[in-house]
Amino acid sequence: MKLSRNFLNDYIDTSNYSDYELAEAMTMIGNEYETIEKLSSATKIVVGYVEEIKDHPDSDHLHVCQVEIAPGEVTQIVCGAPNVDKGQKVLVSLPGAVLPDGEIKKSVIRGVESNGMICSLTELGVDPKYTGETREMGIYVLDKDAPIGEDGLKYLGYDDTTIDFELTANRGDLLSVLGMAYEIGAITGTKVKLPETKVKEEVDDIKDYVSVNVETDKCPLYLARCVKNLKIGESPNWLKARLMASGVRSINNVVDISNYVMLEYGQPLHFFDHRTLGNKIIVRQAEKDEKIVTLDGQERTLSEQDIVIANEEGPVCLAGVMGGLNSEVEEDTTEVIIESAIFNSSNIRRTANKILRSEASSRFEKGIDPKRTYMAIDRACYLLEKYAGGTVVKGLQKYDTIDYKENIIEITLDDVNSLLGIKFTNDDVLDTFKKLSFDVKVEKDKFIVNVPSHRLDIHIKEDLIEEIGRIEGIDKLPSTLPVTANTPGHYEDKYYFNKLVRDRLTSLGLYQVKCYTLTDINSLNRFTNDPKDYITIASPMSEDRKYLRTGLLPSLINVVNYNTARKNNDIMIFEDSDIYYLENGVTTQKSLVSGILCGTLISNDWHKDKIVIDFYTIKGILENLFEYLGFTNRYHFDTVDLPKDFHPYQSARITIDRDVVGYVGVVHPSISKNRLYAFELDLDKLFNVKVRGIKNKEISKYPTVVKDFAFIFDRDVVSSDVCEVIKKACGHILDKVEIFDYYVGENIGSDKKSIAFKLTFMDPTRTLNDEEVMQLFNKAIDSVSSKFNAILRDK
Amino acid sequence: MKEKQEKIRSEFSKDLESVKTTADLNDLRIKYLGKKGLITELTKNMQELSIDERKEVGRISNDLKNELTEEMTKLESSLKEKELNAKLASEKIDISMPSTKVSVGGVHPLTKICDELEELFISMGYDVVSGPEVEIDKYNFEMLNLPKDHPARDAQDSFYITDEELLRTQTSAVQVRSMLKNQEKKPFKIVCPGKTYRRDADDATHSHQFMQMEGLVVGENITLSDLKGTLEEMARKMFGRDREVRFRPSFFPFTEPSYEVDVSCMKCGGKGCNICKGTGWIEVLGSGMVHPNVLNGCGFDSNKFTGFAFGIGIERIAMLKYGINDIRDFYTNDLRFLKNYNRIEGGDK
Repeated sequence: MKLSRNFLNDYIDTSNYSDYELAEAMTMIGNEYETIEKLSSATKIVVGYVEEIKDHPDSDHLHVCQVEIAPGEVTQIVCGAPNVDKGQKVLVSLPGAVLPDGEIKKSVIRGVESNGMICSLTELGVDPKYTGETREMGIYVLDKDAPIGEDGLKYLGYDDTTIDFELTANRGDLLSVLGMAYEIGAITGTKVKLPETKVKEEVDDIKDYVSVNVETDKCPLYLARCVKNLKIGESPNWLKARLMASGVRSINNVVDISNYVMLEYGQPLHFFDHRTLGNKIIVRQAEKDEKIVTLDGQERTLSEQDIVIANEEGPVCLAGVMGGLNSEVEEDTTEVIIESAIFNSSNIRRTANKILRSEASSRFEKGIDPKRTYMAIDRACYLLEKYAGGTVVKGLQKYDTIDYKENIIEITLDDVNSLLGIKFTNDDVLDTFKKLSFDVKVEKDKFIVNVPSHRLDIHIKEDLIEEIGRIEGIDKLPSTLPVTANTPGHYEDKYYFNKLVRDRLTSLGLYQVKCYTLTDINSLNRFTNDPKDYITIASPMSEDRKYLRTGLLPSLINVVNYNTARKNNDIMIFEDSDIYYLENGVTTQKSLVSGILCGTLISNDWHKDKIVIDFYTIKGILENLFEYLGFTNRYHFDTVDLPKDFHPYQSARITIDRDVVGYVGVVHPSISKNRLYAFELDLDKLFNVKVRGIKNKEISKYPTVVKDFAFIFDRDVVSSDVCEVIKKACGHILDKVEIFDYYVGENIGSDKKSIAFKLTFMDPTRTLNDEEVMQLFNKAIDSVSSKFNAILRDK
Repeated sequence: MKEKQEKIRSEFSKDLESVKTTADLNDLRIKYLGKKGLITELTKNMQELSIDERKEVGRISNDLKNELTEEMTKLESSLKEKELNAKLASEKIDISMPSTKVSVGGVHPLTKICDELEELFISMGYDVVSGPEVEIDKYNFEMLNLPKDHPARDAQDSFYITDEELLRTQTSAVQVRSMLKNQEKKPFKIVCPGKTYRRDADDATHSHQFMQMEGLVVGENITLSDLKGTLEEMARKMFGRDREVRFRPSFFPFTEPSYEVDVSCMKCGGKGCNICKGTGWIEVLGSGMVHPNVLNGCGFDSNKFTGFAFGIGIERIAMLKYGINDIRDFYTNDLRFLKNYNRIEGGDK
């Protein structure tokens, strides 16, 4: 809401407050201001009279003017404007004047002395969107009767400041200068003066001009009056300036008055040309697919939810939003029917959201005080009589179903203090209501408050408590902590589990990233064998952000690409996030953790240290995570059913207790040219794995016996299968089997590979003897040889 | 005899001077103390002497032996030290050469902020709970006193999925879930961190996806002062111990009264600077006393219970705390950006 201070000053005295003080004080009672701007920042502007004009001797476009800048005082000014002429009243900036583009100084222009500048409005800093001024139009010419020597800005009403407030959605009453005056009155303690509405003379009878038929329950109040004999013309300067300072462009005196009254009372009005409207107003809900061309020339297709004002031929106005082109006030209009009404705010809001938001709709949406509906229509008549030469027709057509029940709320001092935790007194409470002009009766310890009708936001005692806190201020509010049962705080179990996983992954060298949930269609159902029924946004902002992602890896690949493009080549990242999809049509949530690694894990070039990330690095990281989560001996990597976005021969499926929990491997080269190692795990499944508590494991005091052997196998024998066979052959005395060498090469045959195993035997209760170890060792050799058709190479 | 003794002694002194290494010293030891050494020589032909003379020779040679041994031992330890030093010197490395980087990861700065806040609130007895990002209109708006077609919905342009389902626009939705879930309607304190979404075009200060942490306390006799005290703790934890908190009246449909909360500027301390635009205060969050409609709607009798709620914008806190100018940086995930936050907090805490 752009508040013009000159406009405000008509209704309340705020002379003790500077613009800044007023804006700050309003902010502190909950009406935050955004900007404070002068309508014109120019100084030293006077009304001048062009007495004489000659061509500049040394220029083909400059003029040398003799300008009277104060009664009897003439000065010479060189002016380049094409429209400057003898006998004009003009705006002169005198030497020392500061304009938005700089200071005006006495100067000599091509040999001719010049003592100032004749200005356009744009040069004074007035936005051309309000004045329609262009560069070619030259200087601004004032009315003939402008008094010579007077302050030019004051004469035009441009000595004004606009404070732009960002209002909260509950304060529809503040979308009006009067509402602002009441609010500011609560700060200044000064009284509000209501505008003049009494017309001089009324003629005829409204019944002979128009009738009103309301056929919908979405219009509880509809008033109509008529003003005739209007003369359309320019608005007076002060009116133009007020509108400008309020962010509205001046059109003509009649249209301007309709806007002015809306700004004043917050009641949008509509003026119909009586010629095109006819004598019958019908307020009804639109028919399906009914059409109307609005004032802006657009054809709008309506639905039953929209409310229209119609005559017998069809709609003439989209109620509460915008007038129809067919009944618009035109240059030759002489008779208008004024509408002042209230429409259902939900309907207006829906219509406005669908079709067009306007100054009117934003006010109807937030609610209107019906008393102002009456005041505004009379005010419009008054102004049309005074500034547009109109004659007001006697009487009012009205349709009124409003229940004018008083809004009475009871409250006690204890209610106030026990909610705020502050010690206000009875006087503080009374002071608030007085400042806000709320009627209040005191009965014992109760305040009985009669809330004025313009405060549509106040319904319950907490609303009144807010008013007291707001107006009295809560600077002295003490700081305390809630007194509640002294119980420890907890993380939700799954949230905490997620945190543990995250902390482990970061300690393993991975950085956590955060990506967008919304994604494009190509990123859905990748890296999975279990495609989801994905969720689509009904009104997306773009195709790129239209769907809820079903997995995290496509986002992570984008992060990798972003980083490699910036030469961040060694990348270890993960994201832990929920995904959402439909299962049997029901929105379902699942937690995932995914990661991508590429580049080097450890490197120090001059030192020749380098560990390049490969499958076994990422596998090691996952194993480390699983061990940390207590899944020892329960997780397993195999190559069954790999999703197609993984490399088919360098990837693995991961199971825990035979349940598939995710995949790990190389991103398929068709997706990324870089070798990316990726994993995606189902965090919900990991969370649900039951893990026993930690139990101490006795450290053996007895020596271990280490034996090793190497075998040549067929290429497709899987090492973990061999380890299993060895473990089975040796029993519990075998503490561990490790692979310490691996070889493929010509000298063992291209379809063969050699793997060397180290077996560690140990019994925590005694020293092992060589014979029993050798016996088991040989048993292992026999088993491996026979099970895998392997050839013992070394032992 | 004495002469011989002196001769050996002077020869030894001379020899000792020429010893440069432990090997030289070994040679010397053999020359004097060896089986065929000079001292052994002294005691040769002892049979020819009288018992007293023998005693005398024996004593002298023994003294001499001790004397030489002592000197050689002394020299030996200094030589050994020198030789060790020489060996170590030959192993000298240039410690200024670049190190082998041990890679350690880190959490995202937004997680870091959440972690800090969670730690604080858990220490004050709050539970940390979460809720779904795909939320129903009823929990995200309606039960928060924001009926359909309420103008306050404008501030939260939403990503709707169906008429009834949307991406939550505020973690406040978890308020409703938590109150409904609280079967016994007992007092409670929670914070709810999580992702939220609004239909805003992304630019330096807007993001269609962002994080919030909602706080909610419901109990008997909970007051606005309690909210102030709580938020002061929060401000001091996040922005330094001298921070102050100011309440400015505002409007949120689910709280009454509602307040915007300003924190005294962390840069200038309240004197006024470019960060706080000269006001000395920075807006950090919205809060208020839970609206009776919300309490009653969730089964908490508003005649018995009161409560406060606040919603912290995690990006906003991080941007203020660290001086981040572009909200998109959080979601671009440039590793250089992420790595910058992989350390402990410094400053006054």
